[in-house]
Amino acid sequence: MLRHDLLIVGGGLAGLSAALGADPTLKVGVISKVHPLRSHSVAAQGGINAALANRPDCADDTCEKHAFDTIKGSDYLADQDAAELLCQRAIPTIYELDHWGAPFSRFPDGSIAQRPFGGAGFPRTCYAADRTGHILLHTLYEQAVRRNVTFYDEWLVTDIIVRDRRLVGLVAYDLAGGEIIPLRARAVIFATGGYGRIFFRSTNAYINLGGGIGMAYKAGVPLKDMEFVQFHPTTLFGKNILMTEAARGEGGYLVNAKGRRFMEDYTPKAMELAPRDIVARSIQTEIDKGNGFENEYVHLDLRHLGREKILQRLPGIRDICIHFAGLDPVDRPIPIQPAQHYSMGGIDVDATCASPVEGFFAAGECACVSVHGANRLGGNSLLESIVFGRIAGESASLYLRGGPSEAGGDRETAETARALMARIQSVHEREAGENVFQLLNKLKRVMSDTAGIFRDAATLRRGLEELAVLREAYRRVFIYGPCGRYCQEMVVLVEFEHMMEVAEVILLGALKREETRGSHFRTDFPKRDDASWLKHTIITRSDKGPVVTYRDLQVGRYAPEERKY
Amino acid sequence: MTFKILRFDAQKDNRPYFQVYRHVPKPHETVLEALKDIRDQQDPSLSFRYSCREAVCGSCGMVINGRICLACRTQVGDLGANEVVIEPLPNLEIQKDLIVDLKPFWDAYRKVEPFLQAPGDVPEKGHVVAEKDMEKVFQYITCILCACCYSACPVATRDGRYVGPAALAKLYRFTLDPRDRRPFSALERVDGPDGVWGCDTVFRCNDICPKDVRPADGIEGLRRKIIAGKTKRLFRRKP
Ligand SMILES: Cc1cc2nc3c(=O)[nH]c(=O)nc-3n(C[C@H](O)[C@H](O)[C@H](O)COP(=O)(O)OP(=O)(O)OC[C@H]3O[C@@H](n4cnc5c(N)ncnc54)[C@H](O)[C@@H]3O)c2cc1C
Ligand code: FES
Repeated sequence: MLRHDLLIVGGGLAGLSAALGADPTLKVGVISKVHPLRSHSVAAQGGINAALANRPDCADDTCEKHAFDTIKGSDYLADQDAAELLCQRAIPTIYELDHWGAPFSRFPDGSIAQRPFGGAGFPRTCYAADRTGHILLHTLYEQAVRRNVTFYDEWLVTDIIVRDRRLVGLVAYDLAGGEIIPLRARAVIFATGGYGRIFFRSTNAYINLGGGIGMAYKAGVPLKDMEFVQFHPTTLFGKNILMTEAARGEGGYLVNAKGRRFMEDYTPKAMELAPRDIVARSIQTEIDKGNGFENEYVHLDLRHLGREKILQRLPGIRDICIHFAGLDPVDRPIPIQPAQHYSMGGIDVDATCASPVEGFFAAGECACVSVHGANRLGGNSLLESIVFGRIAGESASLYLRGGPSEAGGDRETAETARALMARIQSVHEREAGENVFQLLNKLKRVMSDTAGIFRDAATLRRGLEELAVLREAYRRVFIYGPCGRYCQEMVVLVEFEHMMEVAEVILLGALKREETRGSHFRTDFPKRDDASWLKHTIITRSDKGPVVTYRDLQVGRYAPEERKY
Repeated sequence: MTFKILRFDAQKDNRPYFQVYRHVPKPHETVLEALKDIRDQQDPSLSFRYSCREAVCGSCGMVINGRICLACRTQVGDLGANEVVIEPLPNLEIQKDLIVDLKPFWDAYRKVEPFLQAPGDVPEKGHVVAEKDMEKVFQYITCILCACCYSACPVATRDGRYVGPAALAKLYRFTLDPRDRRPFSALERVDGPDGVWGCDTVFRCNDICPKDVRPADGIEGLRRKIIAGKTKRLFRRKP
């Protein structure tokens, strides 16, 4: 059986950063269902935050101010110590990335350039034009190549095996080889990314199904704050490709069908640069009021920025508009609508990225530390993935240095692999049944219709009922093609099972949280309620179904106050 | 509309064959969206790579109506044809349907030492790099390693040892970077027919690149640097 000290699942920023943070004397492997450079991190556009204070007129920015903005932006649901840790680590992290080759854009004095982003008191978002995720992912991958990290590219992890609340191994489907393979590891880090594609409209890559989160949950790891789903205000109408917040950071306007910069009616001070939850709701409200175009979208207008600035600062955005919408933002406004964008909640871990299951760690978008609370600020998630990825690599190494003996478990791991093979076989032998790709499309509709920007008890309950119907249908699922190499039916079949768990936990968490906070907006409870709800939702799986509990959060030096922008 | 898609499964087929599907694309539908619709509604066994659907991850290079391109950035309507013929990337072995084995491509990538070599510790306030110098590398860092250029390259067709345009452009990107201090010997590694001198300068890579990287500019640049480096060395040897 394949054996490692540490297996990292995910080749995005969090996974690669974990690999680089791990003790190099350990036997480490990185497993990813796509080649690491195809991970969703590559699509991030706008930038990464750190209080470098590089802009001459903003020299008094500090990591404390960054932490305060993060906590306020989170609608006070972030753990304040963790947010402070994130912001302190930000500065050395950026300089290290720079030293590793990240080609950040520069200011005229040769220092790393910074731009304004929503919800931030200072321009502290570092960037490389609008291709920041791309350059960061390539840079970390390059460093991993330099250090000869072992990669298992195009392997889909299907199960984790936990015995006596301790992790013992994994099962994976090797797509190119067409085989199901058991692997042993003394520790595992999940860096499997978000679940965007559980929603019909999402900015995420097609592969972001969120199976990793559901897999951990099935194995008994609790999930935290899953009801907090970020909807990005500006995504290209119809395709939902992200139009980065940097477009507004650089000065873009939001305009409704009446030609009005409507943000004036919602956040007159911050205007277009209020935090995402607020801007997304404002746009949706305009559309619902009949002030949108075709009842579907509003305009993001960049024309006044001028050709040169658009070409220099937002070339990727312009490219996307030309190729995917057939319009040039230099000459025409961009039709935009909100769409699912980011998962604030995730696998329940502490600030060392450890979960309640011994030897099982998580980092990046699949995890919830929590630093983003109820709403993440733009530019903080690339940062979180890299900083906490690194911390996960370090903590797992520390844990392994403590020398946990091999827990046994060869037998369970092999058995789990055999059971999966048998199940696939039996599904394959069916003569007919449900097409899993169509089930997936149905699930997306359910989630978008019932757990979107605006929620209430009745629709959330309907969501749970419709999910139960899909669960029934999934029992009759069937595979048409051969179950050998590159069988994408098998991939989605496995992920879908885990996705249903994720969907249930989101719906349930949202139904139980009877208040409005950050991205979670309940039309039947439209106020934030600190007296009852300043706490994290923790959902754990039991034989009888999900068990919902709450954990008080660590309020540090910043007492919750009303968010005004 | 008809979609004629190349199918092949090394585990059961002796040779590739075309399968024909009928599908009515929506307005502005991309070829990748069409492939997904065909798979979801007609034939779940169809295999192809995809991820970002916005031309940044490099997964979906293929041949569409004879032209190498990214499926996610090609609109069906723009093809101006009633039939869409889709084949896997050439110059690489087919693994299943539209999925090819990229091992030779990644091997070439690794061969050029594709990472910044900046000596010493992390500078306390970061490296100081002139705005203009940083922007010089931007042409090359837009590369998404989709292998379209490698597939289009006639030299790579002829000679499997040739490292190809993407890897050479990557190396050039680092030599342009003021923070990089790799020794001249790192360039000599591509100073041969498997490297920069293999290029036929027919610029197929520049024509085909979906991200306007113009890899051949990088190959040209490397040639100049190598010649300059050797000349310098020659003069140094003379008294
Ligand atoms: C369009 C877009 C733009 C963004 N822009 C910004 C920005 O400007 N600034 C910012 O801070 N944040 C931004 N974000 C958010 C940020 O990009 C992500 O939160 C972050 O990149 C997540 O990184 P990750 O490593 O956790 O996950 P990912 O990059 O998604 O990586 C997940 C990895 O896990 C692997 N994986 C998943 N499941 C399995 C499995 N079962 N088996 C094996 N492997 C598996 C995948 O192959 C992949 O390698 C943006 C997000 C989007 C959608
Ligand atoms: S799917 Fe990412 S480049 Fe086409």
